[in-house]
Amino acid sequence: MKKSVVVAAMATALLGSTSAFAADLEVTHWWTSAGEAAAVAEFARVFEEETGNTWVDSALAGSGTGANPVIISRILGGNPMGATQMNTGRDAEELIQAGLMRDLTDIAEEMNIRDFYVDESLLEPCTYEGRIYCFPVNIHSWDWLWLSTAAYEEIGQPVPTTWDEYVASWPALEEAGILPFGLASGWPIAGVPGVLMAGIGGSDLVLEINRDKSVEAVRSPEFREVAEALDDIRSVVSPETMVPSFGDVGNQLLQGEAAGNIHGDWLQGDLQVAGGTPGEDYECLPGLGMNDQLTGGGDSFFFPVLPDGTDPEVIEAQTELAKLLISPEAQLAFNLKKGSMPIRTDIDLEAANPCMQKALVLLDNGLLPSGDFALSSDTQQQMQDLNIEFLDDDSISVDEYIDRYASIIESAD
Amino acid sequence: MTQATSSDEVRYQDEGKARRSLGRVLTHNLSAKIAATPMVVTVLVVFIGCTLWTIWYSFTDSRLLPTGDFVGFEQYERLFNTSRWNRSVSNLIWYGAFSLVLTLSLGFLLAVLLDQKVRFESAFRTIMLYPFALSFIVTGLVWQWIMNPTLGLQGTLRNMGWESFTFDWIAQSDMVIYALLIAGLWQGTGFVMVLMLAGLRSIDDDIWKAARVDGIPAWRTYLFIVLPMMRGVFVTAVVLVGAGIVRLYDLVVALTNGGPGIASEVPAKYVYDYMFTAGNIGQALAASTMMLVTVMIIIVPWAYLEFGGRSKKS
Repeated sequence: MKKSVVVAAMATALLGSTSAFAADLEVTHWWTSAGEAAAVAEFARVFEEETGNTWVDSALAGSGTGANPVIISRILGGNPMGATQMNTGRDAEELIQAGLMRDLTDIAEEMNIRDFYVDESLLEPCTYEGRIYCFPVNIHSWDWLWLSTAAYEEIGQPVPTTWDEYVASWPALEEAGILPFGLASGWPIAGVPGVLMAGIGGSDLVLEINRDKSVEAVRSPEFREVAEALDDIRSVVSPETMVPSFGDVGNQLLQGEAAGNIHGDWLQGDLQVAGGTPGEDYECLPGLGMNDQLTGGGDSFFFPVLPDGTDPEVIEAQTELAKLLISPEAQLAFNLKKGSMPIRTDIDLEAANPCMQKALVLLDNGLLPSGDFALSSDTQQQMQDLNIEFLDDDSISVDEYIDRYASIIESAD
Repeated sequence: MTQATSSDEVRYQDEGKARRSLGRVLTHNLSAKIAATPMVVTVLVVFIGCTLWTIWYSFTDSRLLPTGDFVGFEQYERLFNTSRWNRSVSNLIWYGAFSLVLTLSLGFLLAVLLDQKVRFESAFRTIMLYPFALSFIVTGLVWQWIMNPTLGLQGTLRNMGWESFTFDWIAQSDMVIYALLIAGLWQGTGFVMVLMLAGLRSIDDDIWKAARVDGIPAWRTYLFIVLPMMRGVFVTAVVLVGAGIVRLYDLVVALTNGGPGIASEVPAKYVYDYMFTAGNIGQALAASTMMLVTVMIIIVPWAYLEFGGRSKKS
């Protein structure tokens, strides 16, 4: 890799003067919401207690769309941090190929990580030419339907247990002036089709489309049902009723202003911070109550290659942090706060709430590759553009949606 | 200094003389040349060099890193089959046309009104120019709140009892571009007004006296005598406003973030999203090259007209 040599040389030239204090390790991440910040503080606490090093916290605003570019530019620009969180998936693919990420294979072998990882497919995006370059630290899934108990009390119906029951309740909800489907503007809609695909279309459809990039699968009757479900959602949401952020949808659910929402499990952190109790204030249906497998991705930690002349203690601190992040103690403390599922099988999760317990059962059936996980950032962006446009523009028919979805999958790499 | 190498003289020059005159060209006014060097280098490397780099890599399939292979016009084919890009371009054309015409005409009108020797002129000038001191991000956020149907103007007036009042452009796909326009005009008109006012003040008083002697009404004097005399100011204003239109980005991000749907997307946002979020340099550079081509299509004929005829005048 000629390029890597050039970039590494640039990095060295630019960063000759970086060895500040012995074992200060700068860690970048975008865990800034209330629940997330509490979770990452657990990592920092365990790291400092166990190793005596200092965790220099660099939280970046803007989540995946805002923070990810900053992290990538810093690494490309020769100003790498000690460690960074990124989504488990293909965002860092080219950084790994260019040799900008530290090879963690030795640590992985020393710890025998394949013995305790819940699902080995999680390690696929971290693996390049047989070497391992990142450690997934949790599993997140989009596949959740959140339902408001208060809203269903008001219309005097039981809280639905499947997607179909939920759709059937929409007319009654609208009559009572309750928003059937709460939605935040912007990216949150991007995750919804994948959830519908796993719930309504089934596991095979997800594998054929996300993993095999099969155009025939997109044109199949199963996918048409998925597109029609998205069309149903389109009929009950409008720009006037959208709220600015997904946390606001959580509040709408707790207050019974909106009856349901499809959003990832990280919404639960916000629901809990807002004082909601699962089973009482809200219900959760993993896989829309229809599939017994979840699509998943999550977060991984990467350790950029530090420039020559870096204090060996900092590199040692990288090693220590890498080991620690996937240790049982840190995994338990972190994931309970984060609302995500741990990557280890050997952790006792009695303290987990009912929603997480449901997810852990489904996790035993293996994890399906979500779009975030299996598609490149370019393909994801095109999907997001398509979904946002479809949702707003009623003139795009279901057929046209399928055509355009198919052409994106066709050109996906 | 160029006379030294003009064809008449060169014909009689021997080699040594030519070398001497070359030396003279280089040493003549040396300090000015040294002073200009950094700028010349900047132009060559940063402007021209990076532009060529951009154009070259728009023909490759580069993703996160500029390492791709040459793929011809593939990125452009994809670009023009993308409805978001096409919508972005048509949005920019609408916004640009309205913004250019309205900013200039409103700016001129306000300048004329201020020119009527009104009392507290400097206070008015400050008020009108003040929005220009705010960044587009602040402008966007302020107007986002004002135009938000439930929190802003509409909600307030409805709460006060005017139930039928409707102002929800920001949530309407076909009206949102005008919502952008309102915010853009609010921010930019004051600046054009000040430029125009300076132009009006530079008109010789004798012109006015002559017009009055001839009994020409004030509005005709403005339109047919003063306006043509302010050509320079107009060109400046058009260039400044035009540059602002092409790079329209931050206002959209703060006000609508491209929504509802893709109804207020603009080209610069497409470039940013595909460059940084999607990690597709090839696609983003193809889009930015198209922005450059658009600007060239407008600038080149104008520059030809403006500077091509210069030799006749001087």
